[in-house]
Amino acid sequence: MTPEILFPLGWIHYLAGGLLIGAGVSVLFVTTGLIGGMSSFYSSTLSYFSRHRYFHQARFIESRQWRLVYALGLVLGAALWLYISGAPAAVTHVSIWQLVLGGFIAGFGARLSGGCTSGHGICGMASLQLPSILAVIVFLGAGMLTAHLVRLVGGV
Amino acid sequence: MKARGLFSVLLSGALFGAGLALSTMVQPEVVLAFLRFTDFGLLLVLGGAVIVTFIAYTFAPRVMTKPLFAAAFLKHPSDMNARTLGGAAIFGIGWGLCGVCPGPAIAGIGAGNWPLLWALAAMFVGAWAHGKYFGEQVL
Repeated sequence: MTPEILFPLGWIHYLAGGLLIGAGVSVLFVTTGLIGGMSSFYSSTLSYFSRHRYFHQARFIESRQWRLVYALGLVLGAALWLYISGAPAAVTHVSIWQLVLGGFIAGFGARLSGGCTSGHGICGMASLQLPSILAVIVFLGAGMLTAHLVRLVGGV
Repeated sequence: MKARGLFSVLLSGALFGAGLALSTMVQPEVVLAFLRFTDFGLLLVLGGAVIVTFIAYTFAPRVMTKPLFAAAFLKHPSDMNARTLGGAAIFGIGWGLCGVCPGPAIAGIGAGNWPLLWALAAMFVGAWAHGKYFGEQVL
C-alpha cells in the first residue's frame, strides 16, 4: 500500500486540518471549560424559535448563546480559510434530494444519539468514553453501508 | 458569559471552521469517497483532532485549577443505551446519504459551498422532529 492509493489527493491537508480542528476544541476547553461538539447547536438554537418544552431545558437555554457564537466562528473560520488560500469555492454536485433527505436523517439521528462526528467522534473519543467510541463504530459502519447502497441506486 | 469568554468561543469556532475547510470536510464528495474506501483522508482528520483534544482534555485540568475565563472544566458524559447507539446508526445512514455532518453543514456556508444550505436546513428539521417527538422530556 502506497500513500497514493490510500490518499489519492495527498494527505498533509487532512492531517493539518484535523490538528486545526483539535486546536479549536482544545482552545474552547482551556479558555472556557466547555465541550465543543456541534450537534447540540441545532437543538439549542431551536429554543429561539420553538416553544416546545424539550428545547427549553436548562441545558439548551444556558448554552444557546455560546453555541451560536461557536457556529458563527465555524462560518467565519471557513470563510477566512477560503480567502487566505485563494482557491475557488468548491460547490458540491451531490443531489439536492440526497442533501435534504440525508440532512434530515443525520440531524434526527445525531440528536437522538446525543452526538455526531464532533461530539462523539472528537470530544467523546478524546475523553475515552466507551459509549462514544461504540457510537463512532456504529455510524462509520452505517455510513459506509449507506454510501455504497446510494451509489448502486444512482446517487452521487 | 463575559465578552472575553465569548471571544474565545468565537476564536475556537474559527479554528474549527478553518480546519474543516482546509481538510476539505466541507466537500461531501470527499466524505463519501472515504465511506466508499477510495480516500482514507477522513481518518487523518479525525485522528489528528482526537489526539490534540485528548492532550487538552487530559492535561489541562491537571496543570490548571480552572479554565482561563470560567469557573470549572466541564464534562459531557455519553450514556450507554439504545438511544446513543440507535441514534448513531440513524445518523450514519443520513451521513452516508449526503456526506454532510452537523459541523461541515455550518462551516460549508463560510466556504461558499451553497448547496449545503439544503443539508443545514434539513438538519434543523431533523433536530426539531427529534425534540418534538422523541425528546427525553416528552417520552
